[in-house]
Amino acid sequence: MERASTGRWLRRAASLAICLAFWQVASRFKLDLGIVTFQNVPSPVDVARAGLDFLQSPRFATHVASSVKRVLAGFALAALVGIALGLVIGRSRRLRDFLQTPLEILRPIPAVAWIPLAVLMFPSSELSMIYITFTGALFPIVLNTVHGVEHVDPRLIASARSLGSTRAAMLFEVILPAAAPNIVTGLVIGMGTCWFCLVTAEMISGQFGIGYYTWESYTLQNYPEIIVGMILIGLLGLGSSLLLRAAGKAALPWHRQENSR
Amino acid sequence: MNAHSRDVGAAAGHIRADRVTIRLGAAGTFEAVSEASFEVRPGEFVCLLGPSGCGKSTLLGAMAGHIKPASGTFSVDGHPIDGPHPERGIVFQQHTLFPWKNVRDNVAFGLKMRGVKRGPRRLEADRMLELVGLAGSADRYPGQLSGGMQQRVEIARVLINQPKLLLMDEPFGALDALTRLRMQELLLDIWEQFRKTIVFVTHDIDEALLLADRIIVMQAQPGRIHEEIRVPFERPRSTDIITSGTFMQLKQHCLSLLHGDRRQDTLTRLSPLGAVRAAKA
Repeated sequence: MERASTGRWLRRAASLAICLAFWQVASRFKLDLGIVTFQNVPSPVDVARAGLDFLQSPRFATHVASSVKRVLAGFALAALVGIALGLVIGRSRRLRDFLQTPLEILRPIPAVAWIPLAVLMFPSSELSMIYITFTGALFPIVLNTVHGVEHVDPRLIASARSLGSTRAAMLFEVILPAAAPNIVTGLVIGMGTCWFCLVTAEMISGQFGIGYYTWESYTLQNYPEIIVGMILIGLLGLGSSLLLRAAGKAALPWHRQENSR
Repeated sequence: MNAHSRDVGAAAGHIRADRVTIRLGAAGTFEAVSEASFEVRPGEFVCLLGPSGCGKSTLLGAMAGHIKPASGTFSVDGHPIDGPHPERGIVFQQHTLFPWKNVRDNVAFGLKMRGVKRGPRRLEADRMLELVGLAGSADRYPGQLSGGMQQRVEIARVLINQPKLLLMDEPFGALDALTRLRMQELLLDIWEQFRKTIVFVTHDIDEALLLADRIIVMQAQPGRIHEEIRVPFERPRSTDIITSGTFMQLKQHCLSLLHGDRRQDTLTRLSPLGAVRAAKA
């Protein structure tokens, strides 16, 4: 058991090391593969150097803090609205008919297309940015909640009704907990897409945010800094998804038992 | 005891079905039950026995109020059945406990719905759990219990509502033979104490003969009532009666009713196996 898990960690570390080694070699020797060329790609060593500089600069904390704040605000709103919409759509055919068409039309619109409207619709650029991260997280949360609500065992609902369940209790004591594992999945995916939309959102920003930092580095042609920004977003996204997954597991202890049964 | 024995004296739980027809499917095209008429007296234990597809579970679903008959009338104590109600408790075969609530809170659910405060409802739930022999498992989750224990919780969860009717849809169908016997004895034991009207759906002849005062035998295509059999064994019963001569006779009779003219079918279905065995030998 112990050995198997060390083996797994070794394999994970090795795959990361191989990727880095390939990147270093490819950028060092300006590898040209025809379609892909590494001629202008900064090497991992350059990136590491830029990354260390950035970590030590006083701007680092401000950039990270403003991004985290935006993502959290957009995500929290999306969670509230998404779970509520998902419950309503999953439970009521009438409301589903009413809501589904506009949502299906809005869903494929990419975050970047929202920029002009977001700027026009909201009084501050901060709110526009939060709105764009919100659109990113909303749809995975809605869809997964609907899926969870629709797949509640009908006999569970029948039992609850025969036990005298009120309408409110049906929603909060039966439907919501039964759909909770799917809702958590939606939240984890939504958290990922929130970070996914961050660079797009922070194109609007005037001065702070990891996305803004990445975008600014591109306009200033600071190539290693672009990659530093990309990696930071990746790590922050990974970290927040892991936290959320752990929180979900802690909140649904019965779900683990069910699966291991 | 006091809380439960209150309504024992009251003559309640009288079911009357008058030419009940139930249609299922999108346009109500499939006739699941055709013109079923029967009566269940207060405190009687009746089994609905029949092959799969005879509409016995559908009929039970209509008694619980989950399915509306297309025609005919269905009433309990003179009141037509209109939707589910805690006075008509239903126990399904498996997996209908709330997996996110521990055993005590599952049992206390009905009381919570009636607005009983946390303290009293937990006390009452614990008493119900003691009744079904699960006093030590109140804090466990359904996923941590065996199938037999889960069904005990189901029964406690329904009984806590002091129902007039206990409707059971093959409640022991997913259990192994030994556990099933033990559960049958437990149910008889509980029924002797409370004398609720019980309608119990099964396709197991032994089970029906062991438990019921009366067996309503159903037939498929379309689902309809075929015959009613009175089961004469004295109460309280034990599983010993299974080996008695009367039991065998009644079982034979039920078998012939269930098989009917389909005995021919069973033989032809068996013959390929026989042929294989013959070829090997």
